[in-house]
Amino acid sequence: MKTHKFLALMGSAALAAALSTSLVAAQDNVIRIASQTPLSGGQSVLGVSMSNGVRLAIEQNASVLEDLGFTVEYVPFDDQASPETGVSNAQQIVADASILAVIGHLNSGVAIPSSEVYDENDLVMISPANTNPLVTERGLDTVNRVCGRDDLQGPTGANYAAELGVTSVYVLHDTTAYGQGVAEFFAAEAENLGIAVLGFEGTEEASNFDGIIQPILAQAPELIYFGGIYNQTGVFISQARSAGYEGLFMGPDGFDSSELAAIAGEAVLGTYYTSVAGPASIYPNAAQFIEDYTAAYGEGPQPFAAQSYDATVIAINGIAAAAEAAGGLPSRADVAAAVRATENYEGLTGTITFDDVGDPEIGLYYVIEVASADPAEWSNNSILATLEIPSPAFAASMEMEPEATPGS
Amino acid sequence: MSSVTIDAGPQAPSGLDSFKQTALYRFLIFPLGQMLVFILGATVLLTVFVYGLAVLFPEPRPNIVLVEQLNRQLPGMIISGISIGFVYAMIALGYTLVYGVLKFINFAHSEIFMVGSVIGFSFMSFLNSLGMLAGFNPILLVVSTVLVSAGFSGLLAVGIERVAYKPLRRAPRLVPLITAIGLSFILQDTVRAIASLTINDFNLTYPTRDIAWLQSPLNPLVFNIGGIDVRVRITAIIIMIAAVIMLLILNYFVNGTKAGRGIRAISMDQTTAGLMGIPVNTMISLTFFIGGALGGAAGALYGLNVGTVTPYIGFIPGLKAFTAAVLGGIGNVTGALLGGILLGMIETFLNGTLVYFPAIGIRYTDIFAFGILIAVLIFRPSGLLGERVDEKV
Repeated sequence: MKTHKFLALMGSAALAAALSTSLVAAQDNVIRIASQTPLSGGQSVLGVSMSNGVRLAIEQNASVLEDLGFTVEYVPFDDQASPETGVSNAQQIVADASILAVIGHLNSGVAIPSSEVYDENDLVMISPANTNPLVTERGLDTVNRVCGRDDLQGPTGANYAAELGVTSVYVLHDTTAYGQGVAEFFAAEAENLGIAVLGFEGTEEASNFDGIIQPILAQAPELIYFGGIYNQTGVFISQARSAGYEGLFMGPDGFDSSELAAIAGEAVLGTYYTSVAGPASIYPNAAQFIEDYTAAYGEGPQPFAAQSYDATVIAINGIAAAAEAAGGLPSRADVAAAVRATENYEGLTGTITFDDVGDPEIGLYYVIEVASADPAEWSNNSILATLEIPSPAFAASMEMEPEATPGS
Repeated sequence: MSSVTIDAGPQAPSGLDSFKQTALYRFLIFPLGQMLVFILGATVLLTVFVYGLAVLFPEPRPNIVLVEQLNRQLPGMIISGISIGFVYAMIALGYTLVYGVLKFINFAHSEIFMVGSVIGFSFMSFLNSLGMLAGFNPILLVVSTVLVSAGFSGLLAVGIERVAYKPLRRAPRLVPLITAIGLSFILQDTVRAIASLTINDFNLTYPTRDIAWLQSPLNPLVFNIGGIDVRVRITAIIIMIAAVIMLLILNYFVNGTKAGRGIRAISMDQTTAGLMGIPVNTMISLTFFIGGALGGAAGALYGLNVGTVTPYIGFIPGLKAFTAAVLGGIGNVTGALLGGILLGMIETFLNGTLVYFPAIGIRYTDIFAFGILIAVLIFRPSGLLGERVDEKV
């Protein structure tokens, strides 16, 4: 872990050098859109695909801004799934005045501290994938997301477990803001539903789970819920199965990558996961996107690539609206306001209207079962349930209205 | 592992004495007995400790009767503890051998272990790409994977010594320590670069799913002991057997061969050993090769056990193994074995027990494990077995 931080520092130093050169070259009519996702390391399969989604969105939609006389450039950053790197990149990003929007991150634990930096500089962030409630709950005007929230995703999983007739569950998490958060929401709802929570443990262990599995085997839970990301949970699933665990596995959208099948092999069969992002193939509007993406990058999109595309288009539309209003290069604050005002945007993944804190008013939540141990078949996993759940802020405003009407 | 055995008994009969001089005793029975004593000792100690906890806290959480849980998971904990303990011991030997000879800590050793695990993955993937993996004889497969990893890692360790340590042999001891840390970064990122350039993947998953004997229903093996199902992973057994064989070979090499005597001589007094005609540089290279090979073999076995490795896998096991070497007494080969087994067992037993205590949990296992280490070092600064001048390598 230490080495990560060290490398991150070295990397950001190099980036700083590169950026300071690019600053000199910045011109008035150049608009840059940045992305921050893990492009290297254990979660790069998702991060690279997200970056590809952003690139494709810019290529296909830049004309909106080019018609207004701007040149659009894309600057991808590698946050390495590390909060330190994310924040240090964020400081580089805000220093480049031509960057008007950031698409990112993959990890809530990285997005939360990085977005503080964006917000201090009025730079808008649109997240394709961050599900921790705190991402938007802090009420920052610059922070939006196109996906659902863990305080709804966790309970979705618990509800489905109850439907399956599960009576005992063991909860693990990866100690990050994302993993621990979603695991807590799952565990709380599971207890409400009368499912016995036999254990709630966090671990940063990434390779040898032997010692963790022994007490789980001794309690023989019917289901293990692991709030974490595929590179860790895949190893766990494989080892737990080969150590003789016979129950079910469930997890949040961190499970949603073909790498889970690549790592866990046969053990992954029948694993349930909830997601705020279905495979791109289930969205009726995404057929063209999948075709274009596959043509451009030689492989199908991973989860969150379509969300990244949507987030980017929302950013481009926001910049365009602000530019038209300002009659020239808009300020970052104008762009942030225009993005928050997004209404009924018809995206690949649904119709998006941001509520008061930047959540989509209606979030889509899926319960998915892994159907094949072959990573190439990942996008054909079976969707067991699709739920449309209003965001807390939107639900509150809906409740307020009927009360407000008689009063007025 | 010592060639000099200290007989605690008052007057041993001479028949026994002469038996103790035989190769069979010195290179097989004694070291095996030593391992057995360590394992049994650690098991008994920790079993007493966790059942003691169970007496003090019979029901740490509602509906959890600690004794019942421990009964159910004791065999599993013992086996996991021994297998990870042997991995720590094999890595710890690399630290301790180098310390014995050069008096500095080779912090790049954790990355030698990592390289071993990646080479094991590459070798098995290569066999798989040839379509030979599924039909390979199980024993031959494990032996060849371990040998390839050990050989490569051993040579890498020798190369590292030549490039980064040898020119600094007369420099202050802090200097090679820093180059060692630098080298570990270089190794991590070289492996990461090679992996992403060749197969474009970060998580390297051993292609074991095509190997029938590693899949259920053979894995795990289930025994029924006293009404409790004991599940044993085949890879845990492989680790134990392979580790025992390699430790026996190491013991024979160090205590029974001319080269081993040379290494021991250098560790006592490098200058004098050189004057006596012992080729110092060759012996130092040999030490690095043996340490590196053990680390690489441990890496391949660990990779086979955990299934997926990454270029950053070495840091934590390396740190734990270094701790084990210090716990046992750095510079002392027997101490590394004891320290490794003890640390592996402590960790597994704490993991299995603390989990039932509210607000403590497995996240804090390391605090307790390292707390024990600090306590031991306060009372025995040179480690459990110390650095005994007549026996160290």
